[in-house]
Amino acid sequence: MSSAGHAPSLQGLSKHYGSFRAVDDVSLSVERGQFLTLLGPSGSGKTTILMCVAGFVAPTSGAILLDGRDITALPPERRDFGMVFQGYALFPHMTVAENVAFPLRVRKLPTAERDAKVRAALDLVQLERFADRRPSQLSGGQQQRVALARALVFDPALLLLDEPLSALDKKLRAELQEELRALHRRVGRTFINVTHDQEEALSMSDRVAILNHGKLVQEGAPAALYERPRTRFVADFLGKSNFLTGTVREAHPGGFAIAVGATRVVQALDPAAPRPALGTPALLSLRPEKIALLAEGEAADNVVEGRILSWAYLGAGFALSVATPDLGVLRVTLPAWGAPIAPVERLPVRLGWSAAASVPVEEDAA
Amino acid sequence: MAMAAQRQGGWWLLILPAFLLMTAFYVTPILQVLAISFTEPQPGLQNYERLFTSESVQRVIVTTLRICTITTVLALLLGYVLSYKIALADERARRWWILAVLVPLWISVLVRAFAWVTLLRRQGLVNETLMGAGLIQEPLALVWNEFGIIVGMVHYMVPYAVLPMLASMREIDPRLLAAARGLGAPRGTVFFRVFLPLSLPGLIAAGVLVFIFSLGFYITPAILGGGKTLMVAEWIGLQILDLIRWGLGTMMATMLVVTILVTLAIFSRVVNLRRVFGSGA
Repeated sequence: MSSAGHAPSLQGLSKHYGSFRAVDDVSLSVERGQFLTLLGPSGSGKTTILMCVAGFVAPTSGAILLDGRDITALPPERRDFGMVFQGYALFPHMTVAENVAFPLRVRKLPTAERDAKVRAALDLVQLERFADRRPSQLSGGQQQRVALARALVFDPALLLLDEPLSALDKKLRAELQEELRALHRRVGRTFINVTHDQEEALSMSDRVAILNHGKLVQEGAPAALYERPRTRFVADFLGKSNFLTGTVREAHPGGFAIAVGATRVVQALDPAAPRPALGTPALLSLRPEKIALLAEGEAADNVVEGRILSWAYLGAGFALSVATPDLGVLRVTLPAWGAPIAPVERLPVRLGWSAAASVPVEEDAA
Repeated sequence: MAMAAQRQGGWWLLILPAFLLMTAFYVTPILQVLAISFTEPQPGLQNYERLFTSESVQRVIVTTLRICTITTVLALLLGYVLSYKIALADERARRWWILAVLVPLWISVLVRAFAWVTLLRRQGLVNETLMGAGLIQEPLALVWNEFGIIVGMVHYMVPYAVLPMLASMREIDPRLLAAARGLGAPRGTVFFRVFLPLSLPGLIAAGVLVFIFSLGFYITPAILGGGKTLMVAEWIGLQILDLIRWGLGTMMATMLVVTILVTLAIFSRVVNLRRVFGSGA
């Protein structure tokens, strides 16, 4: 297989159904060989975008380009994109090998070449032994790998994945996430994946595009999105977050402070970033794992006192809900191994976090 | 195990009244018909001998098989196109299409046969129109022959062809068709390599159903054949009611039942017959 991936891009893509905007002016370009995930809740337009790229849905306006060439009007069978459908869509009347051979058969490849490619593709997903079985005789994970082999066997310009792991149980999903990632590295092709599972998006992708109500909210590398969400929606959808709403009281290079009720919360700021004006409202996102339990007398940039409202043991850690006088209920997670306290309801605790732990985010546009 | 067996016994008791009713009013007369074919006019196989010796008996059988085969093929073709259209239509359109297919089923077969006569006879709408348009000089013989019978029978059979095929087509996941196109198959290939093979069980089921139904057709061939083209059912009626040759009539009736059972037996190995008769898989 050649390793030259192709670079698709969307330009002002929109799809309207009557007055409903399933996709609303989305522009996005994917680099060669990149693993891009479209992430969003159901109804966010992520699948519609994928179907537009695949050619099954005609966009209302905007264009789809591949390496700079406009392919918006091309029917799906002439786009040469591999696609793994939700539920895999394997042909039930064909064996695994026949399924994988299908795209080669319609391209009228000579038999010898076809057989060699089918074998190589089944080899790639470690299913050589199952070549003569029917899809119904395979497990969900195996079916998923057949779908992958079928989508990759004809050296497609792009691989499109529509919630490829959603039908699998949790453990298998984690396994296949790794496999898919490894497969992407091996074949070096451009992958576009659609999912509503933020963990899947974070663990597999080179780049994630977050969608909500048909709009592209933010895109970037998984770590950048997690650490520097731009809006409340992104912070909330990608992982968990506490939100602190207050009014800016002090501002200086490198940071500012807000008042949340009677509590002063300090926030670090990139010196290059614009400073917020005094008296304006501010919203901070604070990840639960970045809050520490402080011992008596221990200091931190921000310290609040509270009582444990409820707690849950998660194996690897504890999830606490801590009621504080000014900041409301804060969610805190801490590793169970070596936890400084044994959680008990109504236990008084001191919480602390550094000024760089939280990030200022924007309220979502209504 | 004992409990399960007991429960099974209980179920059988529930269908006992129906079973007795069927035996008394359905199985017994059929067995009687079978018996008559061996005993009238005198005991022996001479009625069955006619199958091999009588040219008129053979002609009726050949005519029936030919008409039934043509009817089945035409009803399947028309029905397949209709089912395809209905299966791929959106929900609202599908309801109207199904209604349009089912409405003829509610109209008496007698009314439909006479309706075809008025359309197809020498001074009928079809001939008048064609002559008025100057396309033909002489009226065409469209009725009181095999052509007329086939028109009437195909019309009657199309809904029976549509229903099993539609059921089987609606089980086809539309994503399979999208997947085939996404993998590079043009529309024609999608149909022949994916849709057709997946709808084949329904097609075979519909074929069996239509063929079996056609074998015993009585009213439609009697009216549209005008007594000149005889099919098995009408021939049996003629033997028993007009010629009082019970032995010969019941022999042919027995052959009809046997043919149907043999057809069913062959196809039950090919397709799931429960689907044909509408029971969920």
